Amino acid sequence: MRTTLTEKFGEVAVFMFLWGFRILVVSVVVVGTILSIRGGKYTGVQWMDFVVFGIARGSIYALIALGYTMVYGILRMINFAHSEIFMSGAFGGYFLANAMSHTGFLDKNPVLGLIAAVLVGMSVSAGVALLVERIAYRPLRKAPRLVPLISAIGASFFLQYTFRGFFGPGIYAYPNIKVLTGEWNILGIGILKMQVVVTVAAFIMMAILYTIVMRTKIGKAMRSVSENKDVAALMGIDVDRIIVFTFAIGASMAGAAGVLYALMFRQVNFFMGFVPGIKAFTAAVLGGIGNVPGAMVGGLVLGVFESIGPALFLGGLGIPRPYQLQDAIAYIMLVLVLLFRPSGILGERLTTKKA
Amino acid sequence: MNIQTRHTFGRSVRIGLLGGIIAVFLCLVGIVEIFGQRSLIEHLISLGHVFLFLPLLATGYLAAKDNSEQGQQGKLSLLLAGVLSGLLGGAALSIFLLIGNLIDIRAMFIHASPTLYGMLTFGRGMPGAWLPLLIGALLGTLGALARLLPPKVQQPLVRGLFGILLVGLFAGLVRPLLIARSGKAEDLGRFLFGETGLTQAGALIFFVLITGIIVIWSARGKTLQVRISRLPRAGQSALRWSSIGLLLIMALILPQFSGAFIAQVIVLISLNILMGLGLNITLGFAGLLDLGFVAFFAMGAYTVGLLTSYGEYGLAHLSFWSVVPIAIFVAFMVGAFLGLPVLGMRGDYLAIATLGFGEIVRLLAGSDFLGPWLGGPQGVIGIQKPCIGSLGPFLGAGIPRVCHGLELGGPKEIYYLAVVCALIAAFVASRLRDSRLGRAWMAIREDEDVAEALGVNLIQTKLLAYMLGAAFAGLSGAIFGTLVGSIFASSMQLMVSFNVVCLIIVGGMGSIPGVVVGAIALIGLPEAFREFSEYRFLFYGAALIVMMLSKPGGLWPSSIVQRELHVMEKDEPDPKSAPSVSTSAK
Repeated sequence: MRTTLTEKFGEVAVFMFLWGFRILVVSVVVVGTILSIRGGKYTGVQWMDFVVFGIARGSIYALIALGYTMVYGILRMINFAHSEIFMSGAFGGYFLANAMSHTGFLDKNPVLGLIAAVLVGMSVSAGVALLVERIAYRPLRKAPRLVPLISAIGASFFLQYTFRGFFGPGIYAYPNIKVLTGEWNILGIGILKMQVVVTVAAFIMMAILYTIVMRTKIGKAMRSVSENKDVAALMGIDVDRIIVFTFAIGASMAGAAGVLYALMFRQVNFFMGFVPGIKAFTAAVLGGIGNVPGAMVGGLVLGVFESIGPALFLGGLGIPRPYQLQDAIAYIMLVLVLLFRPSGILGERLTTKKA
Repeated sequence: MNIQTRHTFGRSVRIGLLGGIIAVFLCLVGIVEIFGQRSLIEHLISLGHVFLFLPLLATGYLAAKDNSEQGQQGKLSLLLAGVLSGLLGGAALSIFLLIGNLIDIRAMFIHASPTLYGMLTFGRGMPGAWLPLLIGALLGTLGALARLLPPKVQQPLVRGLFGILLVGLFAGLVRPLLIARSGKAEDLGRFLFGETGLTQAGALIFFVLITGIIVIWSARGKTLQVRISRLPRAGQSALRWSSIGLLLIMALILPQFSGAFIAQVIVLISLNILMGLGLNITLGFAGLLDLGFVAFFAMGAYTVGLLTSYGEYGLAHLSFWSVVPIAIFVAFMVGAFLGLPVLGMRGDYLAIATLGFGEIVRLLAGSDFLGPWLGGPQGVIGIQKPCIGSLGPFLGAGIPRVCHGLELGGPKEIYYLAVVCALIAAFVASRLRDSRLGRAWMAIREDEDVAEALGVNLIQTKLLAYMLGAAFAGLSGAIFGTLVGSIFASSMQLMVSFNVVCLIIVGGMGSIPGVVVGAIALIGLPEAFREFSEYRFLFYGAALIVMMLSKPGGLWPSSIVQRELHVMEKDEPDPKSAPSVSTSAK
């Protein structure tokens, strides 16, 4: 009898906590929004700016999230080192862009230069990802789930500090591309050219990836390996090769995202992958882990929420300098998704792993 | 050349190139250059050179492995394989030198500096570009010899070299102590030890000493061990207790001799042991990977800060001793609070969610939102030191309390507090491990569903794992707060959590002596050697990967894990002894 009472108490405590949490979050959001809009601190144009910036950033998160979601779909593990793969792409693109800018090539052929930078970033990322897979993940495929996870965390820090060792702890500035500074007038709203280019480029990459995954033979192989590795092997698919290909593709997306991120924020630094990595993971979970369109949707949603969140939810409540808590909003969203809808917006996949 | 030899040479080529790539990597990352500033044997070899030589030595050692079934590969061919791999490793370095001479790669790789090139060519500049080849071949030979020589010769030599490496590393710590004594001790110090490493004479002396000890031990040591094991039970346990007692006495008087710096290092190690013991409960016993552990540390630190500081954020001005239980309790409760949302998550999700919590705590603590209470970016300053004895009357917020008793002002005094707390915590942790709760935790770690089916209350057990782990971290944070005297949100970073996770993994998950070993290795080394601290997380990351690949149980695995591993090995059929099935009809 006594055990049942304490068990019941525990369950009741959890139940009340979860509901309390839900109510708290909803009230903060609703009250904050109402107060902000009534307070009228920002004009309609400014809100539009927030939203557009959120879309641009969100599309970058979406690109990174694709890598997380594909690797999770195939290996049921989170590639902690993915954030560093993103960072390595940014560095790769940086060196090329810097060289091109010094020779003046970048200003004369901006389109070609940008494409080249993105391609180089993608290759560097893919290379790093393949190394990591070969050294830190492949030998541990059959190990209990904590082991590859820890190896991934180790790989993440190792890569960060390797890049710090190679290139120094300083912040490098991406060259300024003259053609892309300034605004375009779209539908009567002034939007930064850079943001448009970044968003469009990201959408193009996502479309390419979606086509590969859905329409090609190798995409079909990827999907089948993610459904059931052993049966796929029985069907004659070389599972190792598909895993390598998945890593490579996911990494290229992250590398492209790295170059785009660096273009938008103009800074490259060995630590830059950490925060976008967590946010991209949140986006992947938000959209439904293992689900490719889900990652895209999740990224955009997260980007927009993160952008308008501080002003909309927190500003109204009188919190000073709410942008300091911008990252906290993303982390809280992660916890909310994991608590209340672990399968994400679009996902049906299992998110609770069995031991 | 038979196929066996071809195979061996193929292997040695691959290993040699890999070793060379690793050596070039160490150069580019800057390890060679920065460690080059610290000499191992004065005017002869620097620590940077040691890092450079290690991969090449290793290639020789690995390439000389006799892979044939009966072990009859010719010694000469194995030796040549070692030489070849070392040579190739050196070739990689020479090629690197040549490329560096042709193109300025310094624009990209900041450590490809003239200093580095000087180290690689031993000061001879470009004409010496072929030197790495020679050195590589030499090291490859040495590595191969290390494997090929009979154990009686090889063991003392290798261990002697390893010994002077260790002595050279710690020379920088011992030398100032000897010099401070002046007189005979100072002369000895200057004779044996150089500024950062050993003098050439000192190296020779230590080498002979260590090799001699090893030779004598291997000849006589066995008899000593047999004699000890033949002692009656009472004698053996008396021996064990007296050696523990001796260690304790040494630990107690250490700060008086060692100076403030070493005392500070040991305090930091003890604080990390405390945190490690806490995370050991959450991660090692219960298998819950909590990457936001720093949040509990922050709770303990801020509690102490807010309740004892006489700066502007101090809420009250209690004495340190009365605040410590409050800090532990606060951390305990916060453990429950942060554990509730993540009860249902497993593995990777748990890791990232807890990481998020750690970051949320840091962001909130440093934000302007909570600034009026927690100090914002400026933090909480003016935290009092612990005071044994009576305290002066409390007069007001701006006036410091005067301690009329013994004030634990600096690291030398807080050392005792930290070490005692660590010992108590280790005791508590070991009692918890052997309790019913501890076994419930280990059941959860192995398989949650089965544990639940066996009657383990998941909610309670998991919550207790978080709460108790948090309590330890809170204590550690409390001592840290008073040690440093001020708390800033920017020091509550993910790195702190990562540090503790590494310590446990390297030392051994679920193993209490493992936590101590991990702390000494991972905290002691970077604190004692500044060069290590630049590359600290590089080493940590590599250590995690290497540990997971080779020894997932850690350096000092818990006895339970070892037992389970051995049971598994006994049950697995030995492939060599299984009868081969003939599938072809003759």
